[in-house]
Amino acid sequence: MGEPAQPAPDPAGDRSPWNWLLIIPIVVPLIPALFNAIEPTFISFPLFYWLQLAFIALGVATTTVVYQMTKKRGGGDR
Amino acid sequence: MWEKVHVVELVVFVVLFLAVSAMGFVAARWRRPATMEHLDEWGLGGRNFGSWITWFLIGGDLYTAYTFVAVPALIFGAGAMGFFAVPYTVIIYPMVFLVLVRLWSVSHKHGLVTPADFVRARFGSPTLALLVAITGIVATMPYIALQLVGIEAVLKTIGLTGTSTVARHLPIIIAFAILAAYTYQSGLRAPALIAFVKDSLIYIVILAAIFILPAKLGGWDAIFGAAQAKFDATKANPNDGLLLNANNQLQYITLAFGSALALFLYPHSVTGVLASKNRNVLKRNMSALPAYSLLLGLLALLGYAAIAAKIVPLPGTKTPDTNTVVPLLFQSEFPAWFAGIAFAAIGIGALVPAAIMSIAAANLFTRNIYKEYLNKEASPAQEAKVSKIASLVVKVGALLCIILLDPQFSIDLQLIGGVIILQTLPSVAIGLFTRWFHKGALIAGWVAGMGFGMWMLYNVSNAVRDHWAGSNFPLSKLGFDTKMTIYAGLVAVVANLLVAALGTVVLRAFSVADGADKTAQPDYFVDEDTPRGTATPTEAAVA
Repeated sequence: MGEPAQPAPDPAGDRSPWNWLLIIPIVVPLIPALFNAIEPTFISFPLFYWLQLAFIALGVATTTVVYQMTKKRGGGDR
Repeated sequence: MWEKVHVVELVVFVVLFLAVSAMGFVAARWRRPATMEHLDEWGLGGRNFGSWITWFLIGGDLYTAYTFVAVPALIFGAGAMGFFAVPYTVIIYPMVFLVLVRLWSVSHKHGLVTPADFVRARFGSPTLALLVAITGIVATMPYIALQLVGIEAVLKTIGLTGTSTVARHLPIIIAFAILAAYTYQSGLRAPALIAFVKDSLIYIVILAAIFILPAKLGGWDAIFGAAQAKFDATKANPNDGLLLNANNQLQYITLAFGSALALFLYPHSVTGVLASKNRNVLKRNMSALPAYSLLLGLLALLGYAAIAAKIVPLPGTKTPDTNTVVPLLFQSEFPAWFAGIAFAAIGIGALVPAAIMSIAAANLFTRNIYKEYLNKEASPAQEAKVSKIASLVVKVGALLCIILLDPQFSIDLQLIGGVIILQTLPSVAIGLFTRWFHKGALIAGWVAGMGFGMWMLYNVSNAVRDHWAGSNFPLSKLGFDTKMTIYAGLVAVVANLLVAALGTVVLRAFSVADGADKTAQPDYFVDEDTPRGTATPTEAAVA
């Protein structure tokens, strides 16, 4: 019973500071004040629609950066 | 029996459907295993899928036919609120980025097949594992039934509908019998192979629609304008419109957040995850799967296109069946052969998740009920056999749901399903990061969250119904002086966590015995180079 006492090895970058970036695409799409408006429109799309679609790119960019910066490279460095 | 059938649409639909069914049967030979008589093979496709297969499989699994029909229907009816599907499917991947690789590693190391398997190993409590398994099965059943609702919306539009029960349901019974047969034979390989066709068809259809429809309907200006005019005309409903208002913003973000928390707790999502080859496949897919979110977002906007095209939904049992607006839009704006392809995409799109869901529910039954309580000595071959039969039972159950009950009942149940599956969050998702919670406290939290969640859902009413009318719980019922609503599932899981935390402190204070943890910290980081665990860790550990 109880918690394992020894500090965890971190072979896969679970504790890498890069992981904190993941918070951005989680929090930003949950702030309606950023996108709950018609203007400015973009190719006739109200802000509400085009900006939230654009958040998809934000999510992809972030997960890609975090993956590239934390993946195992050959000898197991991080 | 059937009148006014659109023949060209029907022919295209049937041809594509049969071609895909043939693939389902052939799939047993694809990446052929030494034996199919093992849950790792039948239930997880060999646990060896690479990035591409995983992308198609999980994409086809999560973005179901029902989603593709229901989200535009929601936009058609309510406007901005329906767009929650976009933030939902944006935030989910960064949220689970670190969670799923841990689940993959510990499952690889210990030969786990279901989320309840993990809970069993982590908290040493068959009771808690049983609760997680039952929660999973109960939440999955109506989800499978909803896939049938998706197919029915299409069949109805083609004209395969009528007054008699046989006329209404015969096509869907045939479709499901074929699905059951090839899932029985090929296991997870069938939906994995079919997903290639299904997703390709969906991408072609949606992209074509997104470029062609605005041109036909006078551009996006006219489409959004028509939607605005429609919502302006319905003063009776203050919660529709092109934008959110002060009272439904909280509902919008809590629904997106709560749905994202719930999605990867569903057994069928876990099945897709555990079928992948290694950790990098999963991490890469966290960047690649949002392509489906873009598709879903664009598709959602077809709900507005349907308004601009003046689509009138087909009649349902009581109210108009808005799930038919997208099929009707294709029927009215495109040539029959293209509408046929679109319908096939939706129809086949229902089969992939239905197959994976039935496999996942069957695995839960086999691993956490049959093996745990009925036959502890079950061999891998027996497990595979039981799972195959259970998958048939699950499908028949879902079919009966649709035939015997009002489809609205399945929709309600699925809504409840989202709330109840969230109650496994503390033991499954948080359990991957900490063993702090006491097993008894987790059970108490589950009971509390479940009870509170049901009470809230019961108390949601709208203009037509007094109870079970949605997941948007009015905060005024908790004593707050506001018109705001909140997603009931999220409130329920917070209650669950509070009880579990409090219970843990109390149980520890009284030194109540806790279960043993069979996993160790490094297990959460192993990759494919570590040998895969056997499906029976108990005996292996003893020997």
